[in-house]
Amino acid sequence: MDTISQSVALALRMLAHLDPQLTQIVALSLTVSLSSTLCSALIGLPLGATVAIARFPGRHVLIVALNAAMGLPPVVVGLAVYLLLSRAGPLGEFGLLFTPPAMVIAQTILIVPIVAALTRQIVEDVWTEYREQLQSLHSTWWQSTLTLLWDARWSLLTVLLAGFGRAAAEVGAVIIVGGNIDGVTRVMTTAIALETSKGDLALALGLGIVLITLVMALNVGAHVTRGWARARLG
Amino acid sequence: MGEAEIPLGQPIVAKGASVVRRGVRVLDRVDLTVAPRSCTFILGPNGSGKSTLLRLLHGLIRADEGDVTWAGETTRPLRQAMVFQRPVLLRRSAAANVRHALALAGIRGDEAASRTHDALARVGLAHLADRAARVLSGGEQQRLALARASALEPDVLFLDEPTASLDPPSTRAVEEIVAAIHARGTTIVMTTHSLAQAKRLADAVVVLDAGRVTECTPARQFFAVPCSLQGRAFLEGERL
Repeated sequence: MDTISQSVALALRMLAHLDPQLTQIVALSLTVSLSSTLCSALIGLPLGATVAIARFPGRHVLIVALNAAMGLPPVVVGLAVYLLLSRAGPLGEFGLLFTPPAMVIAQTILIVPIVAALTRQIVEDVWTEYREQLQSLHSTWWQSTLTLLWDARWSLLTVLLAGFGRAAAEVGAVIIVGGNIDGVTRVMTTAIALETSKGDLALALGLGIVLITLVMALNVGAHVTRGWARARLG
Repeated sequence: MGEAEIPLGQPIVAKGASVVRRGVRVLDRVDLTVAPRSCTFILGPNGSGKSTLLRLLHGLIRADEGDVTWAGETTRPLRQAMVFQRPVLLRRSAAANVRHALALAGIRGDEAASRTHDALARVGLAHLADRAARVLSGGEQQRLALARASALEPDVLFLDEPTASLDPPSTRAVEEIVAAIHARGTTIVMTTHSLAQAKRLADAVVVLDAGRVTECTPARQFFAVPCSLQGRAFLEGERL
């Protein structure tokens, strides 16, 4: 019990003094997770909106596949990306393995299905409401997609936050493709796992506090934003 | 079956147009000519196919049999607009809703701003231009939908029971706006259950029964001596 209380006290002290090791890990975590969320948004939002609006053979199969892919096992994704980026792999020549970009690629693969599947659901609901009006206004497919994405933006913000949460909390894929190299690819989750196994609970706890605070703050922010948008825009 | 007088210009013509949904003929071999610059009202009981006919004439749906032509062409013309029974408004301000429709029509910048202001002013919503469209009252939302449609300066305006869920003052306001749009030379095609409304606004009446056009006559003639049994029954039903 003493060990735990001492570790908590030390963790809080590290946070209060912005311990360089801790801040470096937090900064890299945010950089990687925000980058993968941005990449997922660029791929997942248009993909989800397209599947919501377009009617084509195999659409239902694609919807089922996207829904199923939301539960992709991170270690399997990590392994697949590892094989792609390893020296003998098809993308080995780029030398990305054990670098932050490799972690961004792995996280993006994990998050894209989440963003696309949830976007599809949200945009399809709005499309059901808007379809005839937009068709009446001679809106093209591309114009309709932009209109729907814009009008669903507050709901889609929550989707992106869910994606960011998944990225920030993910450990299996990034530890395989990043290698958990100190000062290079060590992020909050991999550092917590390592420091816990080493018995350095203070740093692990400090990072844990930051991680939980970050996720909670984002969710509170999303909730408040959506409430404000609903009251303001109907 | 009679036919409304056709003024100068190009009409919308449905020839033997049928629409089938889940094995049911919602519209059955409809022959109809909507005269340009007319104010044509489509009357009929619930389920007679009024809304489907309106969508067919607007080009939102295709005929499963027969065809619809606009000024002799089978391509839906750009200068048409439609106002739905339940107005579909974007999650934006009132002015942004009008601007969005104009942008889709390729109208931007100063002209869009001017048209938006004028359209909102015409329906008495200029003071609510920055208010979120979806928090407006039902009557205001319908007027905004009319403002959006009229800002496009359409040749033809389709209205699907636009006053169905409005109180009498709001209904009156919508009727005045529709009359003003018609007075500017826009063809009006409107569905309604209200014979009184048709009497006030229509110059041609189409009676629809079980997906078939049973009557298409000038309004004055329809209200004096309807030429179909269904038209007569519809009028008598209103009088009971």
